[in-house]
Amino acid sequence: MNQNELYQQVILSHNKSPKNFGKPESFTHWAEGFNPLCGDHYFIYLTIEDNVIKNVFFEGEGCAISKASASLMTESLKNKTVEEADSIIKKFHDYMTLSEGDLKELGKISVLSGVKDYPARIKCATISWHTMKQAIETPVSE
Amino acid sequence: MDSNILAKIREDFPILETEINGYPLVYLDNAATTLKPKYVIDRLSKHYLYETSNIHRGVHFLSQQATTYFEEVRDKVKNYLHGNSTWETIFTKGTTGAINFVAQSFGSLLESGDEVIISQMEHHSNIVPWQMLRDRKSIVLKVAQMDERGVLDLEHLESLITEKTKLVSITYLSNALGTINPVDKIVEIAHSKNIPVLIDAAQAIAHITIDVKKLDIDFIAFSAHKMFGPTGVGVLYAKKQLLEKMPPIDGGGDMIASVRFDKTIYNTIPYRFEAGTPDIAGVIALGAAIDYINSIGLKNIEEYEHELLQYGTQKLSEIKNLRVVGTSPDKSSVISFVLNGIHPHDVGSLLDSKGIAVRTGHHCAQPVMEFFKIPATTRASISFYNTKTDIDRLVDGILYVQSIFE
Ligand SMILES: Cc1ncc(COP(=O)(O)O)c(C=O)c1O
Repeated sequence: MNQNELYQQVILSHNKSPKNFGKPESFTHWAEGFNPLCGDHYFIYLTIEDNVIKNVFFEGEGCAISKASASLMTESLKNKTVEEADSIIKKFHDYMTLSEGDLKELGKISVLSGVKDYPARIKCATISWHTMKQAIETPVSE
Repeated sequence: MDSNILAKIREDFPILETEINGYPLVYLDNAATTLKPKYVIDRLSKHYLYETSNIHRGVHFLSQQATTYFEEVRDKVKNYLHGNSTWETIFTKGTTGAINFVAQSFGSLLESGDEVIISQMEHHSNIVPWQMLRDRKSIVLKVAQMDERGVLDLEHLESLITEKTKLVSITYLSNALGTINPVDKIVEIAHSKNIPVLIDAAQAIAHITIDVKKLDIDFIAFSAHKMFGPTGVGVLYAKKQLLEKMPPIDGGGDMIASVRFDKTIYNTIPYRFEAGTPDIAGVIALGAAIDYINSIGLKNIEEYEHELLQYGTQKLSEIKNLRVVGTSPDKSSVISFVLNGIHPHDVGSLLDSKGIAVRTGHHCAQPVMEFFKIPATTRASISFYNTKTDIDRLVDGILYVQSIFE
């Protein structure tokens, strides 16, 4: 793929077949994220039990970077405690927006490292993460 | 256009020699802003290097000289638009500045319940100022529809008009679709009910010969930076008879005849509307941009760009899983498209990796995207320095994008 580290195979395959994609029948928390500038539009659905994120789903439309980032995120946050998830979200966010730390310790997510070098695309990578943070804080109202 | 002439023209734009990501630049984002010829840049720097001075306020040589060069541009604008003494040139910050000025100044004369008509294919700069006026003065904002091709529905436009309608404000050439609107018919419809017309010529200005006399346009707005001039300068060219009734929006120096604490008397038009020191170098460079266009000839430009647009549309329609958005029979300079299953932002990034500059997104025309039920498009917009080779590289680029997403 020569100069294009942005579109690595992992990203392309998560775009094509995203993990944990769709709306689950039941969930305890959810949020919607929308970027009017590019039209990226995602929903995150969570089942949080005993402070653990038991299940994560996402749904929506957007570019390959945003979809792959959401897909990778759902994989990495499943079965994490809320505190662990918060810390991963913060690491990802700080790396993308402040260039602090690195993504190596976050495992597979590190394929998104290259996005940081394309300022116009950083929002694509972070939108689902913002939405996730919001979802964790937003229980479904009865 | 003769290939020798084209090669010469391309030499006028030093930026075309740059490489982007290791490839010679293919610049297809002309609707966002055009490139600048050396001639225009030289005029800018000549002003700052050897002619710097403020205008309208000095008896010394440099000030008078700058004033003369600055004022000459009003005439260049007049000639470029085929106007006469019925109209006046007002310098603004751009198209957006010009439309906002009309919305505030002409808008201040409207009353609650009065109506302004725009169209579904407007740039946000011809929507939001009217919404702000609506919120300020309780006017009614009406929207004329378009069809699936992106062609304005004139019958619908006509049906929106009532005795309360005070202005029709429509784009000449859609930046998102490339549609050329029938300005003659729009004006005819509006004038039959004595309603003035504002034409957003931000895009048209560099691609279409505009004859305000023949079209009888009341207000026309454009930006220098979309016609090979500098950013930060634009024009409202408007009928004096309308301007005479309009209040100034900004107060300050240059817009007054006399100032006393109990009473200030405003200057005459156009100065009344140009408070403060304007972008003097920018206006003078706009004049140079007009001279530059004239040296090539807008007719030649139109002809050549038409040929390029046909070529590009043909080539792109041969690509599988590509859909052109905006298929009006009357189009200029813009090809907006979507690829099945590939988001425009990915298209834009990957084309960029091949040195091809296009715009992706909603092009400041979200209602257009909503109409076509798409989040965004990829837009290639041409100018006279583009070549068939540029189009071929775009086509190769698109095929490359599709191969990555296979
Ligand atoms: C049709 C149209 N109207 C208005 C504008 C606004 O021009 P500016 O940003 O130069 O004020 C644009 C620029 O994209 C445009 O394409």
